[in-house]
Amino acid sequence: MIKQGKAWKFGDYISTDHIAPGRLFHLRTNLPELAKHVLEDADPEFASKMNVGDFVVAGNNFGLGSSREHAPQVLKIAGVNAVLAKSFARIFFRNAINIGLLAITCDTDRINQGDELELDLSLGIIKNITQETEIIMTPLPDVMIKILNDGGLAKHIEKYGDFQLV
Amino acid sequence: MGKTISEKIISEHSGREVKAGDFVVANVDVTAVQDGTGPLTIQEIQKIGLEKCINPERTILFIDHAAPSPRKELSNAHKILREFSKKTGAILSDVGEGVCHQRLVEDYVNPGEILIGADSHTCTSGALGAFATGMGSTDVGIAIALGKTWLRVPDTYKIQVTGTFNDGVYPKDLILHLIGLIGADGATYKALEFTGETISNMAMSDRFTLSNMAVEAGAKAGLIASDEITKEYLFSRGRGDKFREIYPDDDAVYERVIEIDVTRLEPTVSCPHTVDNTKLAAQLGNIKVDQVFIGSCTNGRIEDLRIAADILKDKKVHSDVRLLVIPASRDVFLQATVEGIVEILVKAGASIMTPGCGPCVGVHAGILGDGEVCIATQNRNFQGRMGNTNGEIYLSSPATAAASALEGYITDPRKVICSIADQRTYPFEKYI
Ligand code: SF4
Repeated sequence: MIKQGKAWKFGDYISTDHIAPGRLFHLRTNLPELAKHVLEDADPEFASKMNVGDFVVAGNNFGLGSSREHAPQVLKIAGVNAVLAKSFARIFFRNAINIGLLAITCDTDRINQGDELELDLSLGIIKNITQETEIIMTPLPDVMIKILNDGGLAKHIEKYGDFQLV
Repeated sequence: MGKTISEKIISEHSGREVKAGDFVVANVDVTAVQDGTGPLTIQEIQKIGLEKCINPERTILFIDHAAPSPRKELSNAHKILREFSKKTGAILSDVGEGVCHQRLVEDYVNPGEILIGADSHTCTSGALGAFATGMGSTDVGIAIALGKTWLRVPDTYKIQVTGTFNDGVYPKDLILHLIGLIGADGATYKALEFTGETISNMAMSDRFTLSNMAVEAGAKAGLIASDEITKEYLFSRGRGDKFREIYPDDDAVYERVIEIDVTRLEPTVSCPHTVDNTKLAAQLGNIKVDQVFIGSCTNGRIEDLRIAADILKDKKVHSDVRLLVIPASRDVFLQATVEGIVEILVKAGASIMTPGCGPCVGVHAGILGDGEVCIATQNRNFQGRMGNTNGEIYLSSPATAAASALEGYITDPRKVICSIADQRTYPFEKYI
């Protein structure tokens, strides 16, 4: 699977409150509406300016904080191709894979705002087309690859009626 | 090779001997969702035709984050949980009953069990010697329907705690100090085991505060061995028969050991906008506060309210400050009423509100104005957390919060409590 898009650069410690703020709690049962505010508290212009297929690129501990699955959901609904970060908070990472949003751990220092990126999942690399460099992704555990390949956890369970992971 | 608490509990629940790093499918004893995550849980399992509850009497649906509801969308979200409860027999903990994590330790989780909850602070129950961890709506939905989940057995950091707390210093200061030390991602994917003489002597209420904040260092669980103090607590909650001793083996393997001598700690505050941005209260200078919040799953227990009441008795909150107090559960509220704490706090000028999350997550009940500062006993101070990205949140112990409410700026509680007896001697079995 190859995906191409533009990088939107964020810093360290982007929390689930930045991605899907608690003050918009009432929109949690209306995800398309909540997605219009994705990452609003980190960059108020992101939601209106991003294009479907763009990448969110961040530093350490992306998605720290609450267990709200709405955070990866709104990134996916907004059309974010993948989130690339140096590291992820545990619950966010698990939620992202469960709902089929690519969360990729890699060195993001050499990606700048606006860089054109190409993600090649089968090779496990991210090509920075703008800077003509390549970045190697940290591989996912097999369990998570299986969930992603099945289209997320719910689809996995729907398919097998149970866990078929380990 | 010996086992950590996580390895022991997960082995029992997966039918094989596991060690850190293993991937397993484990049986789950208790599942929980709240009003912010539950509707999505139900929607996800409905989508795949799995809308059922394998263990209804151990599936708990909490209405606590926006309780009572401030707007119709949330009232409708609450209806989804009430209907699911009627349909499946799952237990409903409705408006006014309290914050999910407090309710879970009070009445639902036992040593040796696995709890997964769609709320990140589910790790609170780890203080009972249970493997308790937060997950997302889909994970919990599937556990509600099938009674299991997949887990990676975590590596463990042993947090070895020694010494006695000086007056004005509390376990909340310890956990803030630890997170400042290792960072908000210092224990990502790890389990923390709190151990040592200080923990062995610590009341359950304080143990819950420690376990509650494990996730603020990124940890998956915050575990404490169960002992006589756990047993007494379970008896006081009417389920002494559920007590089991859960402890790590002497030769358990730890990835890292962190030693902390609490005798050296001082009142500590997390400054905006991250929990690991810790400073000593005494060194903060003159930071004026507009709102003080005493409550939440971290520090809304009766022991916390007693500390606040001791400081505020026969005094008045500073005229520029709004003091919001929220007992973590209905039982805490009742006990505070019986003990006269409610009267003390109301006379001091506090607003006492419905047990629940209150302003902690920025949905209602105390949203900050632009440029306003709040000092709160909760566990998180992320930007926007109290409903306004232009607000600033400091985190502290109930004593620091109460002292700050009196003075009108962030205050080292030792400034006002020198005459107050040692708070830690309160008998915790005073629960109703
Ligand atoms: S009190 Fe705050 S941290 Fe605790 S469950 Fe409620 S919103 Fe979450």
